[in-house]
Amino acid sequence: MVAVVLPAAFLGVFFLYPVAAIVGRGLTGDGLDRLVGLPASASFRNVAWFTLWQAVVSTVLTVLVALPGAHLLARYRFRGRAVLRALTTVPFVLPTVVVGSAFAALFDRFGLDDGTFRLQHTVWAIIAAHVFFNVAVVLRTVGAFWEGLDPAVEEQARVLGAGPWRTFWSVTLPRLWPAVAAAASIVFLFCTTSFGVILILGGPTRATLETEIWRHAVWRGDLASATALAVVQLVAVVAMVVVANRLQRRRAIGGRPSARRPQRPTKRLLGANLALLATVLLLPVAVLVERSLAVGDGYSLRHYGALADRVNLLPVSALVALRNSLLFAVVATALALVVGGLASLVVVHGRGSVSRVFDLGLMLPLGVSAVTLGFGMLIALDDPPLDLRTSRWLVPVAHALVGIPFVMRTLVPTLRSIDDRLREAAAVLGASPTRVFREIDLPIAGRAVAVGAAFAFAISLGEFGATSFLPRQPDRLTAPLALFRLLGTPGDLLRGQAMALAVLMMLLTAACVLVIESRGRFGSGVVRGDL
Amino acid sequence: MRGLAVDGVSVGFDGTTVLDGIDLAVAPGEVVVLLGPSGCGKTTLLRAVAGLEPTVAGTISWGGEDLAGVPPHERGFGLMFQEQVLFPHRDVAGNVGFGLRMAGMPEALRAERVGRVLDLVGLSGYGQRSVATLSGGEAQRVALARSLAPGPRLLMLDEPLGFLDRALRDRLVDELGLLLRRLGQAAIHVTHDHDEAFALADRIAVMADGRIAGIGTPAEVWADPGTAAVARSIGHRNLVELDADGACPLGRLGAGPGTVLVRGDRLELSDGGTPARVAGVAFRNGRTEVTVRVGDVELHLFADRPVARGDTVGLHIADDAVVGLDGS
Repeated sequence: MVAVVLPAAFLGVFFLYPVAAIVGRGLTGDGLDRLVGLPASASFRNVAWFTLWQAVVSTVLTVLVALPGAHLLARYRFRGRAVLRALTTVPFVLPTVVVGSAFAALFDRFGLDDGTFRLQHTVWAIIAAHVFFNVAVVLRTVGAFWEGLDPAVEEQARVLGAGPWRTFWSVTLPRLWPAVAAAASIVFLFCTTSFGVILILGGPTRATLETEIWRHAVWRGDLASATALAVVQLVAVVAMVVVANRLQRRRAIGGRPSARRPQRPTKRLLGANLALLATVLLLPVAVLVERSLAVGDGYSLRHYGALADRVNLLPVSALVALRNSLLFAVVATALALVVGGLASLVVVHGRGSVSRVFDLGLMLPLGVSAVTLGFGMLIALDDPPLDLRTSRWLVPVAHALVGIPFVMRTLVPTLRSIDDRLREAAAVLGASPTRVFREIDLPIAGRAVAVGAAFAFAISLGEFGATSFLPRQPDRLTAPLALFRLLGTPGDLLRGQAMALAVLMMLLTAACVLVIESRGRFGSGVVRGDL
Repeated sequence: MRGLAVDGVSVGFDGTTVLDGIDLAVAPGEVVVLLGPSGCGKTTLLRAVAGLEPTVAGTISWGGEDLAGVPPHERGFGLMFQEQVLFPHRDVAGNVGFGLRMAGMPEALRAERVGRVLDLVGLSGYGQRSVATLSGGEAQRVALARSLAPGPRLLMLDEPLGFLDRALRDRLVDELGLLLRRLGQAAIHVTHDHDEAFALADRIAVMADGRIAGIGTPAEVWADPGTAAVARSIGHRNLVELDADGACPLGRLGAGPGTVLVRGDRLELSDGGTPARVAGVAFRNGRTEVTVRVGDVELHLFADRPVARGDTVGLHIADDAVVGLDGS
């Protein structure tokens, strides 16, 4: 009973009610006027068009960059393969503000922040960051699918006279298509709802729907315009989730992994792949670290030391903000585990319709953008009895909502995968039913819980979109917000601090990836971006 | 009554009968092989004996004690599944020692026993290995060790070698037979492979359609399968239809219509005898297997002289070669 009521209440109050508030306001009064006026507005059409095309280009480039790597991971075995897989996953969980910082650092280092070859504050910066972010999604989704395709079909094509490229185009690619389409649809969704990256790298002139909602609501206090845009965003996102889900289901028609022993890659193949991935994934991170250590013409840890000092720009020192974030992350993780764990039990063991409703309902926050979520909470939770504006719970609750789908995506498949025969084998060996639960169910699910917790923690630590809307007391500033403000302000010292803070956040999230990857297959479903 | 007694056991799901009045006994130290095609109910019978499948009729008892109401974990039987279901979250030693831990054996004794059982199945020193790193054959050995370790009074093996390749399978069948005999382990072994059945069994029970169609020592079942279905499933190929007078191209082999078995190991090529044409020659296990035709009857036998396809040869049919079968 608790297992059903608690998650349902949590979702209802903190997610459905705020979303309903957006829709309610957007379809009445001022909101409706603005909504009706949108199609005629040139600035809206510009924003919508920009949102769309940057996402399309980002998605296509992400797929192109990731395919060779997916081929390498799917078809070959080599030393360091596991490490490579883990490293490519790191960008996926890195906070958006950290990715923004890394690219800002990159442009800074190579003088691309000004002059003829300026990249800072151009759409190319945004697209590069999106590729960096989402390569892991394609690498994982397509890679896992590719691994399951029997190489004998390609070999047959080769024997029948097709060259390697011909084989790829006419045999491999058509077979991979379901996985590519599913991955691309998810990347596209992430790119259209991207927020932090656009704000930091796009600068004031590059606006998408997400950043416009934020600008209207937080800067201008024009809630009517913001709600109208949020309704548009909501409809678009739901449509995309539906399409993504369709494509996702088609992907399920895959082969079985072949029993054949995979080959070792040639030096050239391995080298070319590593070079590509290193340029796209490693370079920005490496430059970020370098910039955080650069002081004048030399290197030192001075920027890190400065994190403890309060600067005028921020109400608290960056280090205090980081501590706040860690505290919030602990609470958010606990909330996500309790609510997501109970909901997972309902999904796995509940009756048909209840199970399906929970499965879909608690996945929704993953589809709806963080900005919509934060904005909804801002306008919905400000009246008694639900006046939570000053509550210290609001931020962790919002973070937990974003984390719950990840917890469920790791827990549900694991709980389902515990084979009945494992329980039977234990029973025949003398384990009583309670002992079976303790010896089989609990330890196996335990690993998935660890993975879910690591995801929830990393997400909370880097959450920027929703948090940037939420009212909070100044001394409860989170690290991503502090980082955003430091980055947006000119000055070498603040810049250096920003880089140092970004590195610390990167290390913390990378530690979470370590937990996820060391638990092997349990995390894979999530990084594939299953909705 | 010592050992296992299955009396009139029936199992059904949703109105279909899977097991229909099974009678089977296994004495201590005896290895009984259940032989039959997939879907005949072999696995269900094992699961019923283990207490994992509810029965709708009949009794299952051990040493005269009725096991109805005794849950699987208190029966003291071992069951090895067809596909390996090793516990993924435990290493090899953790898997093998699981049953001992459930029985409350102290750690030190347990470690020693696990080591000995691993030696027994030829996996000395594998204790700390993760089960994910094992090959198919190794995983099956670990599963066997896990079933053996607690010293079950009855070990049940459900096609444990089913998905291994031929060579590995032949080797493991031999090892398994030696091991079971050495330990004096009572066992029920399920397979659809008659070679495997003959290699392992003290007694063979042939199953078909949820019933036991024939049971006996390998020699008994081979010499007198009883029915055509049993004869086919243990590997006999020379089944001959007789007409209303009990006649066929080989001569008058019975008193009336029906099917008879002509044992290939009781046929010889000779200078006289029934004339036959050689339809095929195959070299198998160092012997020449010949397919001959007499009229529309095709017979398989081993030749002791060189022959070629198309030759006409004489066929000597020993008196005890023809075995009457009931039904079809």
